[in-house]
Amino acid sequence: MSFDNAYEALIDQEDAHWAFGTGFSAPLEGVDREVPTSVDAKDLVAYCLMLGDDSLILSQRLAAWCSRAPELEEDIALANIALDLLGQARLLLTRAGEVEGEGRDEDALAYLRDEREFRNVHLAEIDCGPGPGGDFATTIVRLLVFSSWKVAQFSRLRGSADPVLAAVAAKGLKELAYHRDHAAQWAVRLGDGTEESHRRMVAAVDRVWPFVDELFHANAVESRLAGVAVDPSELRSEVDGVLDAVFEAAGLTRPGPIPTAFVAGQAGRDGVHTEAMGFLVAEMQHLHRSLPGAVW
Amino acid sequence: MSTSWPLWEVFVRGKRGLNHVHVGSLHAPDAEMAVRNARDVYTRRNEGVSIWVVPAEAITASSPDEKDPFFEPSGDKVYRHPTFYAIPEDVPHL
Repeated sequence: MSFDNAYEALIDQEDAHWAFGTGFSAPLEGVDREVPTSVDAKDLVAYCLMLGDDSLILSQRLAAWCSRAPELEEDIALANIALDLLGQARLLLTRAGEVEGEGRDEDALAYLRDEREFRNVHLAEIDCGPGPGGDFATTIVRLLVFSSWKVAQFSRLRGSADPVLAAVAAKGLKELAYHRDHAAQWAVRLGDGTEESHRRMVAAVDRVWPFVDELFHANAVESRLAGVAVDPSELRSEVDGVLDAVFEAAGLTRPGPIPTAFVAGQAGRDGVHTEAMGFLVAEMQHLHRSLPGAVW
Repeated sequence: MSTSWPLWEVFVRGKRGLNHVHVGSLHAPDAEMAVRNARDVYTRRNEGVSIWVVPAEAITASSPDEKDPFFEPSGDKVYRHPTFYAIPEDVPHL
């Protein structure tokens, strides 16, 4: 709402007097949840799980930085990003459960599937720290690549034939654009910072790069869902363009593609994960499995 | 590391606010990151539509030692309040 003059703002009584934090809206309010007749429901469920698991698993990874980030401000920034991703995961897993029609809700899908049933890309699950698995630089490089890829994916997904996916993408795109900006700001400062920060960024790029190629590999489900799903192979040039601009400002070199380590032709989208995934899932699900239905 | 990042004062304008209001301070390595940190620290509950950050060292403040000569002289000058006017009934919030 805009006001032509100060007086109008004063007499408007809709909200509490100048209260901060008003005007919240429910996500996806009023979106048609009917599955379009042309869409194969089973494939749609699988695709929603792929996207939902990408967000859920990276959210879990980023949440591990809570209280461990280099600065209090960064602690909150990473937690905010994790919560944005968790919000996306909730909407996507809810959609998967609803289309599946077997009574599984977002919690059942997040907490009661086994490792092999998760459909996220490896980039989301690898351990980039805190701890011996990585450091802040690795976390930033992973976030930069992931969010640049997701921005390209979600901007196309806004035109999906599934109205819920289109709405999730429209909402999520603004969040992801901020995640990308945050990661890019840090990438430039660390890459073009001190000798030590530059060294860590170079090592981080080396650590993350073997998991980049998978992002652009179209799974059979994605190929069958033309018009609903985004073809990941179309995203490469846009993502490369973004990364090149950041890498140049950061004084870093973008490595060439490293072929994905498929196992019998399968990777994250098929439920074949890296060694780190089992530990991540165990930690994420432990509470819910010990105390089924536990709530805050 | 914490000690090497300068302090910034943060001002946020709420949706219904007409002016930026001081909400607190934070540490950041530079102005651009200060705006982003302010977004994350001070507007995560939908509080704002605009942010200003100012280097804390750029603010010149009155000194507590000067409190009495600065502020006490106005304490007994009630005639400076506009309370001697008749207020028209159709002007709200005055």
